[in-house]
Amino acid sequence: MASSVWRRTSKILKQSASTLAGVSARQAAVPLASAFHQKIFTRDLTIEIPTPFKAHKCEPPSTSVETSAEELMGFFKRMYVMRRMEIAADSLYKTKFIRGFCHLYDGQEAVCVGMEASLTPKDCVITAYRDHCTHLGRGGTVFEVFAELMGRVGGCSLGKGGSMHMYNKAGNFYGGNGIVGAQTPLGAGLAFAQKYMKVDGVTLALYGDGAANQGQLFEAMNISALWDLPIIYVCENNHYGMGTAEWRSAKSPEYYKRGDYVPGLKVDGMDCLAVKQAVAYAKAHALDKGPFVIEFDTYRYHGHSMSDPGSTYRTRDEISGVRQERDPIERIRKLLIAQEISTVADLKNIEKEAKKEVDDALAKAKESPLPPLEDLFSHVYAKSLDAELKIERVIKFLGQFLVID
Amino acid sequence: MLGAVRRRAGGPQSLLNTILKCKSGLEPAAAAWVTGGRRNASELTVREALNSAIEEEMSADSKVFIIGEEVGEYQGAYKVTKGLLQKFGPDRVLDTPITEAGFTGIGVGSAFYGLKPIVEFMTFNFAMQAIDHIINSAAKTHYMSGGKIEVPIVFRGPNGAAAGVAAQHSQCFAAWYAQCPGLKVLAPYNAEDARGLLKAAIRDPDPVVFLENELMYGETFTVSDEVLDPSFTLPIGKAKVERQGTDLTITAFSKMVGTCLKAAEELAKEGISAEVINLRSIRPLDRDTINASVRKTSRLLTVEEGWPQHGIGAEICASVVEQSFEYLDAPVERICGADVPMPYAANLERLAVPQLEDIVRAAKRVCYRSSEQTAAA
Repeated sequence: MASSVWRRTSKILKQSASTLAGVSARQAAVPLASAFHQKIFTRDLTIEIPTPFKAHKCEPPSTSVETSAEELMGFFKRMYVMRRMEIAADSLYKTKFIRGFCHLYDGQEAVCVGMEASLTPKDCVITAYRDHCTHLGRGGTVFEVFAELMGRVGGCSLGKGGSMHMYNKAGNFYGGNGIVGAQTPLGAGLAFAQKYMKVDGVTLALYGDGAANQGQLFEAMNISALWDLPIIYVCENNHYGMGTAEWRSAKSPEYYKRGDYVPGLKVDGMDCLAVKQAVAYAKAHALDKGPFVIEFDTYRYHGHSMSDPGSTYRTRDEISGVRQERDPIERIRKLLIAQEISTVADLKNIEKEAKKEVDDALAKAKESPLPPLEDLFSHVYAKSLDAELKIERVIKFLGQFLVID
Repeated sequence: MLGAVRRRAGGPQSLLNTILKCKSGLEPAAAAWVTGGRRNASELTVREALNSAIEEEMSADSKVFIIGEEVGEYQGAYKVTKGLLQKFGPDRVLDTPITEAGFTGIGVGSAFYGLKPIVEFMTFNFAMQAIDHIINSAAKTHYMSGGKIEVPIVFRGPNGAAAGVAAQHSQCFAAWYAQCPGLKVLAPYNAEDARGLLKAAIRDPDPVVFLENELMYGETFTVSDEVLDPSFTLPIGKAKVERQGTDLTITAFSKMVGTCLKAAEELAKEGISAEVINLRSIRPLDRDTINASVRKTSRLLTVEEGWPQHGIGAEICASVVEQSFEYLDAPVERICGADVPMPYAANLERLAVPQLEDIVRAAKRVCYRSSEQTAAA
């Protein structure tokens, strides 16, 4: 079993490497700093990841991860763009450009960046409401995230979804779901459809430690296992479900084992390479045999949402401790410097470029207008009805007399 | 189904063979026709109508599949999916464990991807365990995604009171689902409705809640050749005037349409000409047809099996008051199920569900022929 899984894994890694160029093109372009870097980027390396995998009903993958200089630089740039985007969103919320809920992902970037290194556009991803960076990972742009957060028509959901409802059908990203746990059977449905249509792809259904006790997750796992669906259940364990620590909500917080008959892995989710390795391994299993569970040990620096300071149920020392010891961006920075792929100064330049990219996207998003009033009634149905059109016309007429800030 | 048979090539003998092969999927009606048997060629039970509709749509579009408890090997808890597993195989007819939240979410997720699931609930009472997926995952997603994600799913199953199944198995959910923008809600009465509306629902790109009635499954109706054709569909959002009348308008859906038609015959004997409207579509509600009728008759009686407060009749009354107030000669009357959980004892159950005499009494009241009231809770 192990050798066939490994053959599959290395095939996927090769495929992923070749689609990486495509992935980079889909993402915001990474303008490379200098010719020096152009030469280095053809270099392949094998990195030994420090934290071993913990396995449940399977053999863990090797801790030697094949990667390349280009891939590592890509990790750094993409995670940094995500970090800056979330920090900007924090300011936007405090200055009331963003309303309602805003759940930030900073600290967890290694999960959605590392996983994409082992995925293709044929794979599906579905997550909950902490979805801004996951949306980027699937090919979304920073502009459409900011515009959506501010409720502008340039947003990925035309401003009608908001923070929790970002989708990218072309990129096989299915949200952005506000109801905790609902995304897990939905993900099983995506995997079912992939199997039905004989697509060479898997579905990743991401959920948190807070959702890990939901009954519907176990209902989905049961059916997925009975029907051998190509699904990977990914628990982003940031150790707090809103204000409730994992030991207070789960009798067994070993989430990678909670699938019982479904094999699982526990992985250091702050390590991009560990994430990449685990996802490649799980994908090979899912395509061949059926469901798999990955628990990523990760951390969010912000509170649950912008309404939560995040320091009433955990100490500031804990938060700053993780930032010092385990930050995913710093880890890659150290690796790039240690492997002589880049220098401190060059990485600073890349940070500047990333910051400019985010600032430019934000400026452009602020210019995007609010949706037109007729959009109130559009997209209720794919196949709309006359009555709706009549009301639309009334609103359009009334709109001449209404002033909206 | 018979229309599909007509389209297959091969001449009389192979035609006969095909018919005989198909007959295993249906009740004896088709076979009886072939062997010159006891029933009229164009008679269909509601069950056969639903079965043939699903079968034709699954034949026509490989993306359509059916998922639910006992839909496969058991041939359907109420035999609506009889023969489908044999015809289409276990990849397209899926038996699930008793986990509504799980399998409904799976259905909705597969619709996100582009499949066309039919999710069967053994009754809509059990759909409450999955209602988050029906509303939050299915109904709202097209809107929340700015039109990016479509959800072409049908949720179907028996709704409302059966006989003697008591409180937890007898609720009518029409009003609950019909309140939600993003859902379409249909309620067939007869075999023609069942075929036409279910085919339309399966082809529709939006989530459709399809409310059947267990007591109607075995009822036989005569249908035209047009109804039997595989291309037959009914428009979603259009009611049907089942019986023309001049003195009052009676609206109803599902099983109550039959009761109202009988009531109309009783009323005719007393000189009251009732117009009976079969709603067919609860959401969107055909307000135009209802209001045109009320403007003609000036009186309205709404009939439903569900509870009175915030029910379908309440919405119809509001619509008529908004659009046709000056035309009303009498206050709108509502006949509904009693405002209690469904009792088990036969005499109490009979009191809890609208009966023929309740409809006749209310019709006379709305025509100012009588001031007799029903018992109030």
